[in-house]
Amino acid sequence: MQKEDKLIIGGHEFNSRFILGSGKYSLKLIESAVKDAGAEIITLAVRRANTKEQENILDYIPKNVTLLPNTSGARNAEEAVRIARLARELGCGDFVKVEIMRDSKYLLPDNYETIKATEILANEGFVVMPYMYPDLNVARDLVNAGAATIMPLASPIGSNKGLATREFIQILVDEIDLPIIVDAGIGRPSQACEAMEMGAAAIMANTALATAGDLPLMAAAFRQAIEAGRKAYLSGLGRVLVRGASASDPLTGFLHD
Amino acid sequence: MENKFFVDSEHLSPEMLKRKHELEENPAARTNHMEYMPNMEVIESDVCEMVMSQMKSFDYSQYTARDVRAALDHDTCSVEDFKALLSPAAEPFLEEMAQKARLETSKHFGNTVYLFTPLYIANYCENYCVYCGFNCYNHINRMKLTMEQIEREMQVIADSGMEEILILTGESRAQSDVQYIGEACKLARKYFRMVGIEIYPVNTDEYRYLHECGVDYVTVFQETYDTDKYETLHLLGHKRVWPYRFDAQERALRGGMRGVAFSALLGLSDFRKDALASALHVYYLQRKYPHAEMSLSCPRLRPIINNDKINPLDVGEKQLCQIICAYRIFLPFVGITVSSRESKSFRDGIVKIAATKVSAGVSTGIGDHESKYTGKEAEGTEGDEQFEIDDDRSFEEMYEDMAEEGLQPVLNDYLYV
Repeated sequence: MQKEDKLIIGGHEFNSRFILGSGKYSLKLIESAVKDAGAEIITLAVRRANTKEQENILDYIPKNVTLLPNTSGARNAEEAVRIARLARELGCGDFVKVEIMRDSKYLLPDNYETIKATEILANEGFVVMPYMYPDLNVARDLVNAGAATIMPLASPIGSNKGLATREFIQILVDEIDLPIIVDAGIGRPSQACEAMEMGAAAIMANTALATAGDLPLMAAAFRQAIEAGRKAYLSGLGRVLVRGASASDPLTGFLHD
Repeated sequence: MENKFFVDSEHLSPEMLKRKHELEENPAARTNHMEYMPNMEVIESDVCEMVMSQMKSFDYSQYTARDVRAALDHDTCSVEDFKALLSPAAEPFLEEMAQKARLETSKHFGNTVYLFTPLYIANYCENYCVYCGFNCYNHINRMKLTMEQIEREMQVIADSGMEEILILTGESRAQSDVQYIGEACKLARKYFRMVGIEIYPVNTDEYRYLHECGVDYVTVFQETYDTDKYETLHLLGHKRVWPYRFDAQERALRGGMRGVAFSALLGLSDFRKDALASALHVYYLQRKYPHAEMSLSCPRLRPIINNDKINPLDVGEKQLCQIICAYRIFLPFVGITVSSRESKSFRDGIVKIAATKVSAGVSTGIGDHESKYTGKEAEGTEGDEQFEIDDDRSFEEMYEDMAEEGLQPVLNDYLYV
């Protein structure tokens, strides 16, 4: 195992591989969730942060945590770019998670518009983390557009259905040099662990925590599952026997040279 | 049992009374409610036909406990499943429906509830809708706020902490034209993050203009999808034209609005059929405009000034809860608004199951926010209310109560882009 196992996004180093969502639960729980999750990055919807006073979500996020503003609400590249610029004006830093949805029912990302927005924002110096439907060609285009990571969905957002796109995420892990951060649909720590074993660089979760009975406890469970999955990946998973056994007479036993 | 809607005011002239009675008693004296009036835009759309054919063939007495069981066991709720959930056979399953609805709500909205408030800026109306306090034959204090008065009202509301506003008028183009509403919306953009309107239906280009003035959300209540019943309730005025109203949301979306809201006024007609049609109106329009945000309201009839007997008849709280749970299970992604027409206890309960948005600090009168919010005696006149509200909690009380229920109140989830 390597001595130092850092997650590197756009030149920034992180120890934690758990990215926390913030939009679906009480603001008062954010601090303990961050602590118990050991999270160093937390997402927030710019449309939610752009509030006048009352309870501003920004006041609840610990200062040492990196903000990852997202562009939720954007229906095309142009709107995503405007929201990202607004996030920067609000003092949310240079990280941005590009989320572009043209579908209010499933909230599936629009890959085509996402590529366009990524290119514009990367050129403006943002650390762009695009949320996408796992498609290898799109992922390659996103790399070329200047993305800092690729964030494929595991299953529809909020569904807690786990790794429905497992095979396609594996292809991204195998073929793309950027960190692959699995986002959306991860409902249980075991699913997060599995994604990490596959070689995902990090996990992003929100609904799984928001709908848990005890949010901080679930945050801690995810943290451990993600760490376990990471260690398993780094250690190199042992073989899994197909059909219960290996052939006793090797098929290549006839080779004499 | 039926509501008794007709009330004669002593303030009406003999000619007006005669006209009123004629409209009430003689269907031949009324215009064709399915025929467009001049200047009403006609759009090509098949949504209405799809909704209406489903509604007409909906025989809810045919559904059994077995159908409801199957609907509850399915991962995805089909139109047939939804019909079963709306049927009387589903009533014994109410708790189970609530459990399922809560799960769906939490998946899509987490543990949050949105707060907003309505602002009525005028109560003049050219229609005779027999159940409405603003109807043109009802003797009430009429008022239309000036831009200065509107701004003052907005300041008072904004000072309370509210960030989303819904601007309403009575349905009078003559008194409250689109320009007037547009100017009010421009003012609203100064004080609020999110501006919605609930006004008379307009044409696509007018929705586009209002969007440019800062409006992003359009609410139009169809009142009832039963066109024959509709005809007997909306006796005079442009609101009488049922199909123009039906296509309002589609015109609004074509005009660039980000979202649209729908509703039947429960208690006017067969509530199960109206609930089916309301949800299918959303369902089919969402398939056609997948980017649009959609929400449903579920108002029940309320008493009005000069007629305190109006009530929602057979739509009790249990029935309302059943409808809302069925909406949530069928359309997990839509917002569901429960207004101050409902009681505090109902609203506190339903936000934990399926509702995602509640109003607070509500007045359905005109120009009375300052006196209601600050207790300061009104300097000028105030316009009367559209209906009586039940839950009169202020913004602050609602915020605290929602937090106490374990929910995170959200004041703004919108960016005008």
